[in-house]
Amino acid sequence: MLKTLMGGAALALAAALPLHAQVDIRKETQRWQQMIAEGSPAELFEIEGEALWKKKQGPKNVSLEGCDLGQGPGVVKAAYAQLPKYFADADRVMDLETRLLHCMTTLQSRSPQDATQRLYGNADRPSEMELLSVYIAGQSRGVPMAPGTRHVKEREAFELGQKLFFHRAGAWDFSCSSCHGEADKRIRMQYLPVMSQPEGVRKIVATWPSYLVRNAQVKTMQWRIWDCYRQMRWPEPVFGSEATVAITQYLTVTGQGEPYAGPGTKR
Amino acid sequence: MRATLGAGFTDVRVLMSHAMETGQRKDASGKVIPLHFIQNVTAKLNGKTVIEGEVSQAVSRNPVFSFRLKGGQKGDKLELSWLDNTGVTNKTDGTIA
Repeated sequence: MLKTLMGGAALALAAALPLHAQVDIRKETQRWQQMIAEGSPAELFEIEGEALWKKKQGPKNVSLEGCDLGQGPGVVKAAYAQLPKYFADADRVMDLETRLLHCMTTLQSRSPQDATQRLYGNADRPSEMELLSVYIAGQSRGVPMAPGTRHVKEREAFELGQKLFFHRAGAWDFSCSSCHGEADKRIRMQYLPVMSQPEGVRKIVATWPSYLVRNAQVKTMQWRIWDCYRQMRWPEPVFGSEATVAITQYLTVTGQGEPYAGPGTKR
Repeated sequence: MRATLGAGFTDVRVLMSHAMETGQRKDASGKVIPLHFIQNVTAKLNGKTVIEGEVSQAVSRNPVFSFRLKGGQKGDKLELSWLDNTGVTNKTDGTIA
């Protein structure tokens, strides 16, 4: 009796298996991503970022409202979609986070130590940088991504970023392309986008900064690159350095033209 | 708080900053972190209570509460307040846009 029962159970299992095999991981992941996006609180962090943008602070007691993000002092509309770009006043290519740091240390006269004290926040201690970036980025919704590509330094940044993307080093001899250079690679259930191709990277650059469900915070692209380097076991990259900005420049130029659809929501 | 007007309804989304401690966690020195969670949530539309709810310690830290109200008009005042188990109340306001 027991034997027949078990036999029946095994048969039922075998019958159920082909059904499971048919589950399309990509589709299921997409469905899940859609669900978390619907409940995303990203917008609520934009409100906090806006308040910080207008908050007077630093030795000069001024707000960031006079900060030039590339479209003139104080212009936030569509500013994010046109970054990174070359800024003559700093004589270098800057992405949003780097430019914000620049404004904090020049316009607001804050010390670099003060401006960089919490670049990456957590649920207990939110980061000013992360909240500001999500507010500014939100002002570019629907605007096609159009980073600077004309200035010689912008082209140099692109080329440096491209080199870095494929450069293998560190304890594990990893490069960005080890994970993001080939189709159909995945970590556990998550498929990894091919970031050296426009099709793979367009949606990525159009959704950062993003709200991350796993730590209930909004995170910047600079953080994402920092975390990739941590995962690759490279030395820790410097926030807003020539290298991290160059990678952002490389990815954004590769994915240009995509209407900005963020701030996004990710795992 | 963000409150957006739809056709005959208003969608409201609020972030409540709160530690939401379950009373099960321990700190670095091994001491139990005391239970600390939101117990009651009240939503008011132009001063009139529209939602009263109870929340348990099973809800995550910094919870996001979203709900749909029947009606509502541009410029209406919304207020969401919460009371936690230590007796502390907090609130956030917004305007329907």
